[in-house]
Amino acid sequence: MSKQGIFPGWRSARTPLEYAGRRRFVLLGLLSVVFALSWRAVELHVIDGEFYRSEGDARQIRALTIPSHRGVISDRNGEPLAISTPVKSVWINPQVSGMDPVGLDQVAQLLDLRLEPLRSMLQKRAQKSFVYLKRQVSPELAEQVAQIGVTGLGLSREYRRFYPSGEVSAHLIGFTDIDHRGQEGLERAYDHQLRGEDGSARVVRDGARRVIAHMGHDRAPRDGGNLTLSIDRRLQYLAYRELKSAVIEHQARSGSAVLMDAHTGEVLAMVNQPAYNPNSRKNLKGNRYRNRAVTDVFEPGSTVKPFVIASGLESGQYYPHSKIDTTPGQWQVGGGTIRDHRDYGVMDLGLILSKSSNIGAAKIASSMAPETLWAAFAGLGFGVPTNSGYPGESAGVLPDFSNWQPLDHATLGFGYGLSTTALQLAQAYSVLAADGYRHLPSVVRVDQPVEGQQVFSAATVLEVTTMLEGVVSEEGTGRLAQIPGYRVAGKTGTVRKAELGGYSDDRYVALFAGYAPASAPRLVLVVVVDEPSADVYYGGQVAAPVFARIMGGALRLLDISPDALSLRDIS
Amino acid sequence: MGMSFSTADGPQTHERGLLEGLHLDLPLLLGLLFVCGMGIIVLYSASGGDNALLLKQCIRIGIAFSVMVVVAQIPPHALLRWAPWFFLCGIVLLLTVLWLGHTGKGAQRWLDLGFVRFQPSEMMKIVVPMMTAWYLSRAPLPPRFAQLLIASLIILVPVLLIARQPDLGTSLLVACAGGFVLFLSGMSWRLILALGAVLSALAPVIWYRMLDYQKQRVLTFLNPESDPLGSGYHIIQSKIALGSGGLYGKGWMNGTQAQLEFLPERSTDFIFAVLGEEFGLNGILILLAAYLFIVMRGMYLATRAQTTFSRLLAGSLTLTFFVYVFVNTGMVSGLLPVVGVPLPLVSYGGTSIVTLMAGFGILMSIHTHRKLLHA
Repeated sequence: MSKQGIFPGWRSARTPLEYAGRRRFVLLGLLSVVFALSWRAVELHVIDGEFYRSEGDARQIRALTIPSHRGVISDRNGEPLAISTPVKSVWINPQVSGMDPVGLDQVAQLLDLRLEPLRSMLQKRAQKSFVYLKRQVSPELAEQVAQIGVTGLGLSREYRRFYPSGEVSAHLIGFTDIDHRGQEGLERAYDHQLRGEDGSARVVRDGARRVIAHMGHDRAPRDGGNLTLSIDRRLQYLAYRELKSAVIEHQARSGSAVLMDAHTGEVLAMVNQPAYNPNSRKNLKGNRYRNRAVTDVFEPGSTVKPFVIASGLESGQYYPHSKIDTTPGQWQVGGGTIRDHRDYGVMDLGLILSKSSNIGAAKIASSMAPETLWAAFAGLGFGVPTNSGYPGESAGVLPDFSNWQPLDHATLGFGYGLSTTALQLAQAYSVLAADGYRHLPSVVRVDQPVEGQQVFSAATVLEVTTMLEGVVSEEGTGRLAQIPGYRVAGKTGTVRKAELGGYSDDRYVALFAGYAPASAPRLVLVVVVDEPSADVYYGGQVAAPVFARIMGGALRLLDISPDALSLRDIS
Repeated sequence: MGMSFSTADGPQTHERGLLEGLHLDLPLLLGLLFVCGMGIIVLYSASGGDNALLLKQCIRIGIAFSVMVVVAQIPPHALLRWAPWFFLCGIVLLLTVLWLGHTGKGAQRWLDLGFVRFQPSEMMKIVVPMMTAWYLSRAPLPPRFAQLLIASLIILVPVLLIARQPDLGTSLLVACAGGFVLFLSGMSWRLILALGAVLSALAPVIWYRMLDYQKQRVLTFLNPESDPLGSGYHIIQSKIALGSGGLYGKGWMNGTQAQLEFLPERSTDFIFAVLGEEFGLNGILILLAAYLFIVMRGMYLATRAQTTFSRLLAGSLTLTFFVYVFVNTGMVSGLLPVVGVPLPLVSYGGTSIVTLMAGFGILMSIHTHRKLLHA
């Protein structure tokens, strides 16, 4: 082709045109463009084909999580306390959903969401492809929402944890988070056992994340194991009801009760006030979550006096009829003064317990070697966690005997200078109830007989039990703990609460700890009422009646034979 | 493409068959039917087997072919006579659209005539080259500088009006159609180079005048992976669809990208990717060859045209058709930025296929009426 042929316009003279050059140019242009397109196709399809194929698969084949079932927590009789029910979660793909005004409005109404926040959320996450609208709604509601037909809206299957006994067992059981991970209580302590292992399956998903086809399981879901507690739901209800009414009646700050099987260490009931509804934890303050029976400590006060007496008897220094002079109602020791309510004069050990003489208990404690007393307390489990495995359990405090001053030594005799949880105190009383053997408390049902550790001799325990029956007599401080038809052994406690720089004059912890039936103890119960503020505050007035009601009910429910039937009762 | 020449060169005998009587050109008609048929097959899959949609498209193709047949009956000299009036009407309609047009997709493009909705910019794809050809054919070629200036004005006014709607894609195509007339008229290379230089100097200004979404498309084109979930999504998904098709494709109705709705706009602008995914490289090359055949036949018809007006118009219409093909396939395969240009004769959609077939009607008219004159 000539130069003139390609560039006809370059000629200044306006001669007739030869268009062949331009035609060739056009032809060349067309062919080169088609070639470029074809080459591009070859490049995409053949040269990089493998890459694009894998990219395509990566977009379409997804691993799908198959939720596993979390184990059921049930009471010792198989009654459910925590179960997982299948529910649906509603999600949306903002990339494809758009802002369908009518549909979104309907969805928001059904799900009880406010429309404006929903819209702004969808706008903000317009580039995301998965956003939860509401989790864990009932399958029926979810189906209604799906029927509206908003594009990009989907449902996924989940489980929701439900606690049939509500606030009654809230502290004990704890709860899980929305993803079924244990957060508090036994849900947390036994999470490894309860938690299942989610399975996964490979599925083909479309651009709107809908599942098109299943390609089979990679891993089948493994359901979590069940957990059977030592708790008896009936006793739990009973204890909760009585504790709650007492806390309300006495306008107390809080309260706890622990009911134990004396021979196995199994906890049959463990309740606290204030409580919460584990099925709806909105607007909840953290202090309500605490399982106070294992997390909160208090000075046990007079409730430790039976143990002082028991170790005095064990030491051989004292006999049940040993006389202690408590005149004139106050005793100077190590720079402090220990007082009784009044001058009780000379008393035997039984009277010291039934009148709850501080001087008598302090004198016995002081007369014993520090390590002897300490060993007795440590043997009862004070100062170490109970191994209940409960998260956040307190150990309490039992100071080492090497640091005891004479006053410390003396005040330990009536329960100041050490601290305990309600569960630890129940454990200690179970030693008296189980012929001197200590069994580790357990919130899980114990099926094998457990071997206890001997702390006191059976003879000592028998003598102390007799004395503790005196406490619950007409003359004792624990008169209100009496249960018709049963012999009850127990001890009151009224503890001034420690404050900055000393002990309070108007804030008390009212206690009662005991066991029944005294002739062959089966159940141990500790009742703690913190800061009763309606006039009465003595353990014998506040805690003892609660003890009587719970223990009485429990004995009847468990069908335990009465051991104090008089002839009149029988006829 | 060699085929296109041989079929035309072969029979010079003037037996007046049915097609001749209808002023139709058999090779061109066959090429168009082939592409439309392929389009229907791909569209059926791309729409997920939607029979209603397919029926609509078939009706549309039927209407478009009817329009082509009707237009083919109009002799070129009639078009020559009416060209200025068409042009005037078009300008008035464009102004009307700007003032009271209905809003569709954020741009004013439609004119509602009560019984039919109508896109004046679409008609300008034919009217602008017709008018330019009309003007340039009034004086001997090549055109003088002054003529070129006026011709440029004829092109620029509608182009700017369309760009104002705003419809960048169509305005560029109209500019192309007019530009091809200038180029084919023998406009000097010096001027072409100078124009190119001026345009590149104006590029920053154009960029400044562009709307955000238009800028975004260019940026995305330059680096689609920068925003894989946003504006780069289209390109990435369509490249995956094409590339994963391999040599032979995944089979009809079996393209995962397309059928699982990863590929956006799969029955309209991105239908080429569905073809690539389901029919592989083979399908793509066959369709490209069919397009090339149509374009070659069109160019052949242009070279055989008798008058300057006919030749310029035929050449421009053919080249514009080719630009359509190039812009769409280039976009889908990631060679060009995303512009809303459908794949001619294949994409689902209304007005453009009618315009295209009207253009082919003109081509056939130019060719067949020439023959009649000779006879």
